[in-house]
Amino acid sequence: MKYRDEYYDPAVARRLADRLGATVTRPWTVMEVCGGQTHTLVRQGIDQLLPDEIELVHGPGCPVCVTPLSVIDHAIEIAGRSDTTLCSYGDMLRVPGSNDDLLRVRAAGGDVRVVYSPLDAVQVARDTPDREVVFFAVGFETTAPANAMAVRVAAAEGLTNFSVLVAQVLVPPAMVAILTSPGNRVQGFLGPGHVCTVMGWTEYEPITDGFGVPIVVCGFEPIDLLEGLVMLVDQLQQGRSEIENQYVRSARREGNATARAVVAEVFEPCDRAWRGIGVLPGSGLRLRLPYRSLDAAERFPRRGAETAEPEVCIAGRVLLGRARPDQCPAFGTDCTPERPLGAPMVSSEGACAAYHAAGRVQVGDPAVRP
Amino acid sequence: MCLAVPGEVVAIDRHAALLSGTVDFGGTRRGVCLAYVPEVVVGDHVVVHVGFALSIVDEAEAARTWALLEELVAVDRELRLDGEREAP
Amino acid sequence: MSSFACPAPLSPGARVLLGHGSGGTLSADLVRELFLPRFASAELNRLTDAAVVELEGVRVAFTTDAFVVQPTFFPGADIGVLAVNGTVNDLAMMGARPSFLSAAFVLEEGLGLDALVSVVDSMAATADRAGVRLVTGDTKVVERGAADGLYIVTSGIGVVPDGIELGPEHIDVGHAVVVSGPVGSHGVAVMSRRAGIEFDVDVESDSMSLVPLVDSLLEVANVHCLRDATRGGLATVLCELADASGCAIDIDEPRVPVLEPVRSACATLGLDPLYVANEGVFVAVLDASDVAAALEALRAHAGGSAAALLGEVGAGTGVHLRTALGVSRPLRLLSGEQLPRIC
Repeated sequence: MKYRDEYYDPAVARRLADRLGATVTRPWTVMEVCGGQTHTLVRQGIDQLLPDEIELVHGPGCPVCVTPLSVIDHAIEIAGRSDTTLCSYGDMLRVPGSNDDLLRVRAAGGDVRVVYSPLDAVQVARDTPDREVVFFAVGFETTAPANAMAVRVAAAEGLTNFSVLVAQVLVPPAMVAILTSPGNRVQGFLGPGHVCTVMGWTEYEPITDGFGVPIVVCGFEPIDLLEGLVMLVDQLQQGRSEIENQYVRSARREGNATARAVVAEVFEPCDRAWRGIGVLPGSGLRLRLPYRSLDAAERFPRRGAETAEPEVCIAGRVLLGRARPDQCPAFGTDCTPERPLGAPMVSSEGACAAYHAAGRVQVGDPAVRP
Repeated sequence: MCLAVPGEVVAIDRHAALLSGTVDFGGTRRGVCLAYVPEVVVGDHVVVHVGFALSIVDEAEAARTWALLEELVAVDRELRLDGEREAP
Repeated sequence: MSSFACPAPLSPGARVLLGHGSGGTLSADLVRELFLPRFASAELNRLTDAAVVELEGVRVAFTTDAFVVQPTFFPGADIGVLAVNGTVNDLAMMGARPSFLSAAFVLEEGLGLDALVSVVDSMAATADRAGVRLVTGDTKVVERGAADGLYIVTSGIGVVPDGIELGPEHIDVGHAVVVSGPVGSHGVAVMSRRAGIEFDVDVESDSMSLVPLVDSLLEVANVHCLRDATRGGLATVLCELADASGCAIDIDEPRVPVLEPVRSACATLGLDPLYVANEGVFVAVLDASDVAAALEALRAHAGGSAAALLGEVGAGTGVHLRTALGVSRPLRLLSGEQLPRIC
C-alpha cells in the first residue's frame, strides 16, 4: 500500500530511534493523544525502542475508552428493544456497560450490527422501513464529518426510522484537562494526525502558547511516530514550544473546511462527560435543533437507573496520564481483556489493554486509590 | 482514534447524490464517499476513514518528508562523529 | 492433563457468545471448563485436531467438525468445500490417510434447493479430489430462522501409518516452526461478502486438502507436530502449541507470508492478519536440520509455494513475536472475535 508500507521501513525506524537516543540528555514525559497511535506503538514494539529517558504516557484519544457509562448503558437498552436495530462501529461492541455489553445483548437476541461506514447504517434504515434503526455515533473530530453526513442524508431523505445516539468528543478540552490536572507530568504531545486533518491545528495554538508545551501533529505508522518523537524531543531539548507538523502528507493548518462545514451544520458543541474523568465543558458535540428529531436519546429515553463504575477501576486517572495501568490493583488480575472492569482494558488502543498486551504485570501501589 | 488508510481513487461517480467513487487500497477496493474532497481526480491518493475520504495525499509533501528524514538521520551520524552520546 | 473430579462452576444465567466460537480464550475456557471435565476422556484432553484411537491393533484417527460459515457462498469456495477439506485436514494433521467421511445436514426451512444442490455438488467434487468417500449421512430440517440456511456437521476417519507420532507433546526446544502458506486469505474472502463490511478484493478462500503437502513433508523431514490454522488464525495455533507443549515459540513477523490484498484488506478494517481465519494453511514443528528439505518439498506444490520458516521453539513459555522493527513482544490469544475498528 503506497503511503503506508514505506512507513514500516525497519532501517529508517532504527536510525530514528538512534537519533532520539543521541539527542536526549534528560528525562521527558510525552503523550501520544490518539488511541490509534497507542496501538501502533505497542503493536510494533516502538515503545521498547525508545531511550529510557523518554516516558510515554498513553493519551485518552480512544472513543471506546471515554464514552460515558450512561451512554453505553443507553445503547444497550436501545439494542435490547425488539423493534430496533442498533448499528455500531466494531470497537464499541465489547465495551462493558453497568451489567452488560453489546455483544451479550446480541447473544440474548438483540439486533446489533457492525458497520464500517455510517452510511451503511442509513442503508439498513432504507432496507428495513418497519424497524427503527439507531446508529451509535461515537468518535472524535475525525469521525464527526462521516457521522454528520449520515444524519444529513437521512434527514434529506425523510427517513423517519433512522436516528443517532451521539457520543462525539473533542480533543482540545481533553488536552487542557490533562495539562491542568494536579500533578500533571506531560511535557509535550504527539498530536492527533487525523483529527488535525479535519480540524487543522489553529485551536491547538492557544494550548502551546498558554501552557508552553510543544505539540507535533503526528501520523500513525511507525516512521511517523518515531519522526514525530524526534521532532518533539528536539523541541523539548531546545526549550521550544511550538506546533509542528510531522504528518505533512495529510494534515494542514487549515484542515478540511468542507468537512467542518457539514459538522457545524449538523452538530454544535456541548458539555460532555468522559468516562472515568467527569464532565469537561464544551468537550462534546450534540445535534443542532433542526436535526434534534433524529436524536435517539430523545426518541428512546433512558429507562434504567444510573449505576457507578466498579470502585477499583482507576480508568479516569489512567486516561489523564496520572496513573499507569500497571499501578492499578486490579490490573491483570480482576481486570483482564477477557473480563474488563473498565473501558481502557477493552480496546486494542486502550492504555490498560496496551500494557497487558505488552506483557506488563501489576506493580500496583496499594496507596493508589480511584 | 482514527484508523484511516491511504488508497488510490480509481473511479469517480459525479452523478450520485453524494460525490462518491471507488478507492483501491493496495488490492482491496471499496466504495468511498468523496464529498469532503470535491477537487479530487482519478489517480489521486486519499486518506479514508470509515468510508469517507478526508484528505488528498500531498504527494510532493510526502516526497519532501523522505528527503527531510534522510537529513534528520544524517544529523545522527554527525552527532556520533562529534563524540556525542551513543544511542542505547 | 489431570482429570477433573469436580467441574468448574459456571456463572448462573450466563449465555453462549459468538466469541465462544472464535478460537480465542473464551473458546478455550468453554472447552476446558464445560466440556472436558464432563466427558473425562484422555484422548479428548489432548485437544488435538483428531483423536488417534486404537481399534483391534490398528491406529485410527477420528475427527468431527461443524461448519456454520456465513455467507454460504464466498470467493473461492462454499460451505461444502470447507466441510470436506476441513475434516480431511484434521485427519492429515495427525499423519493419517483420510479415507471415509460422514455428513449430517441441518437445513433451515425455506432454504432454496438450488443452493443445497450447489453445496452438495461442491462436496462431492471436493471429496473426489481429496480421495475420500462419503459413506454415511443424515438430514434434519429446522424451523425458519434457525440454522442460517444450512449447517453441516462432519466426521472423518483414516488410518495412521506405523511410525508416525505427531502431537504437541513431541515439541522440544530447538525445533523449527514452519508455515505452509500465506495467512488470512480465507477470513478476508468471507468477510468481503459479509453484510455491512462488503468490499472488493482479489482474494479467494484458501480451502484445500492439505494431504499432498503433508505427505511430501513427512517423506523428507522429521516432523513432530502439525496443526492447521483455522479460526483464530496463525497466532491462535502458535499459542495453542506453546501452551500444550510447555515450550516457548519465537517467531519473526516479517517472515509470515501474507498476500498483498489480504494485507491491505486487513489494514483498511484494522484487523491483524495473524488472527484471521485460514482453511488451507498449517504449522509444522520439525527438526531444524530438516528445514531446507521441508521448504523445498512444500514449495513444489501450488498450495505451498509461499511456505516459510517462521522461527523456533525456545526455552521459556508463550509465543514471542519479533516485529519488523526488531522488537520482541508477547503474542497472546484474543478473548473473542476480532472486530473491525475505527480507531
